[in-house]
Amino acid sequence: MALFEAQHLHKRFGDQVVLEEINLSFEAGQLSGIMGPNGAGKTTCFNLLTGLYKPDRGQITFGTENITGLPPHTIAQKGIARSFQIINLFDEYSVLENVVIALPRVRDHGFTCHRALTNDSETADRAANVLAQVGLAGREHENAADLSYGDRRALEIALAIAAEPRLLFLDEPTSGVGTEGTARLTELIESLKERYTIVIIEHDMRFLFEVADRISVIHWGQVIAEGTPDELRTNKWVQASNLGKLV
Amino acid sequence: MTPTTDGGRLITGPMLILFAALVTLPFWVQSVGLYQYLGVEVAIWMIYALGFNLLLGYGGLPSFGHGAFLGVGAYAFGLAQFHVLENLWVGLLAAILVGIVAGGIVGLFLAHRRGIYFALLTVAFGQVFWFVSLKWFSVTGGEDGLLGIPRPSADFGLVEFDLSSNLSLYYFTLAVLMIVVVALWRLVHSPFGKVVRAIKQNETRASFLGYNVRLYKWAVFTLSATTAALAGGLFAMAQQSAFPDVMNLVSSGTIVMMVLIGGGFVSFWGPVIGVTVFFVARDVIGSITETWLLWFGLMFMLSVLFKPEGVAGLWQDSSGESPA
Ligand SMILES: Nc1ncnc2c1ncn2[C@@H]1O[C@H](COP(=O)(O)OP(=O)(O)O)[C@@H](O)[C@H]1O
Ligand SMILES: [Mg+2]
Repeated sequence: MALFEAQHLHKRFGDQVVLEEINLSFEAGQLSGIMGPNGAGKTTCFNLLTGLYKPDRGQITFGTENITGLPPHTIAQKGIARSFQIINLFDEYSVLENVVIALPRVRDHGFTCHRALTNDSETADRAANVLAQVGLAGREHENAADLSYGDRRALEIALAIAAEPRLLFLDEPTSGVGTEGTARLTELIESLKERYTIVIIEHDMRFLFEVADRISVIHWGQVIAEGTPDELRTNKWVQASNLGKLV
Repeated sequence: MTPTTDGGRLITGPMLILFAALVTLPFWVQSVGLYQYLGVEVAIWMIYALGFNLLLGYGGLPSFGHGAFLGVGAYAFGLAQFHVLENLWVGLLAAILVGIVAGGIVGLFLAHRRGIYFALLTVAFGQVFWFVSLKWFSVTGGEDGLLGIPRPSADFGLVEFDLSSNLSLYYFTLAVLMIVVVALWRLVHSPFGKVVRAIKQNETRASFLGYNVRLYKWAVFTLSATTAALAGGLFAMAQQSAFPDVMNLVSSGTIVMMVLIGGGFVSFWGPVIGVTVFFVARDVIGSITETWLLWFGLMFMLSVLFKPEGVAGLWQDSSGESPA
């Protein structure tokens, strides 16, 4: 059975139907890719899967649990983390504080008032570990707002993995970074692949076809194709939509 | 975040400076042309302002009706003296409990609001409380308020302090202020305080990290209202009366100005500085010209226009300190 499944998802904003009928399933331990043209509804799909919006129809299951319509914080507590296409950090906080706030052990004691967060070396160790993973070691005390765009992208991912998720959604993690930045982030994602179950929206097709175990193509509000990278290369839908030309 | 910062300490340098200045206040306040009772007012407003800034500076939630909770605490103190037991602790406990209940209920309506909607609702609730205090004559005494509220002595079992003199009253309110300062310092550096500040910066991200944003906002609102109610209880004790005026828009607006001028957005000490600036303006500029409030208002406008980080921000700029 799949770790995560979405069935018959439908979402419209006013008169605009963005997602007509979406069926997706993600296996534990795999890296699943989602592709599709701009405006196809990929981010909206993530927003449904992680609780920002309720689907108008359909069902979402995580493990054996029906999580349809649950709020984001409840879904996050169940072990689903995500990053954002538009960088979404705590800009008044240092790099370290950003990561610390994302740690489950801090979240689980979020209502603790009587002791300072600073007095806890285990917390600092875990945060340092996360920062080392994304290549921000030694940058703990810089302000998140002062980082370069590429480093902010890395911190965006750091917040998601600090949550120690069972399932990690990454929404265009390389969006807006130059060639060099992309190389660094793709390397990072390849290393994360070893440790996490990942679902990634990615516009760099070459990269996606290289790292993904399975890929789903969203277009016209539906999953028009689904399969391994090899299967997709020969898929008529993928070739008909000009996505095929990229690979 | 490193264990060496002040955040982990129970008592810090600035606290000692504040406490030293306030403990010695009765000895020098008259020689600078001021009077003893001023210290009581300052201490009470500092409690109110620190609690208010928990909401504004740390939570990013602007309440323009916080006077309601100051007033609720004042009435609770008075009514407890009249109808429950003539005892200081009972009165202050009543103020705190009523603050929790009133803040908790209002908080339910506010916790899922942000920005202008949050602000407007606080104004509306502030007006509701004011109106009730004015019209519910049998309980609040209407426009006349509650008069002749007793000021019982502070009974610690082994020792008992009579609070009828301004001096002993002052040291009592100062002791409460010290407790509030230490507790709130702890609170803002605790996991709870850090989460609240994170929510202020980015509600969406906080919720996707598993934080129940509404619950945190509700909790911080209730805490802030409760602190205001405690200040209100002390106020009723000091004044030996409680009036609808305590809840009006003036005391709700003044606190916003104080906290912003002081620099509540960038420093824990902003509210303390702001209260000091306000009372200096009132009693020093006020002794020269009756238009002191105009000057204070101008100061507020200049601060908002040119230095929204307030006096604490100026201080940090000149000393190169990072926000505390
Ligand atoms: N909150 C919203 N309200 C209205 N329309 C939205 C909202 N979010 C997304 N859309 C619309 O849904 C469509 C799909 O957007 P999106 O999911 O961001 O696409 P993608 O991520 O595939 O580029 C777009 O036409 C966008 O304008
Ligand atoms: Mg998108």
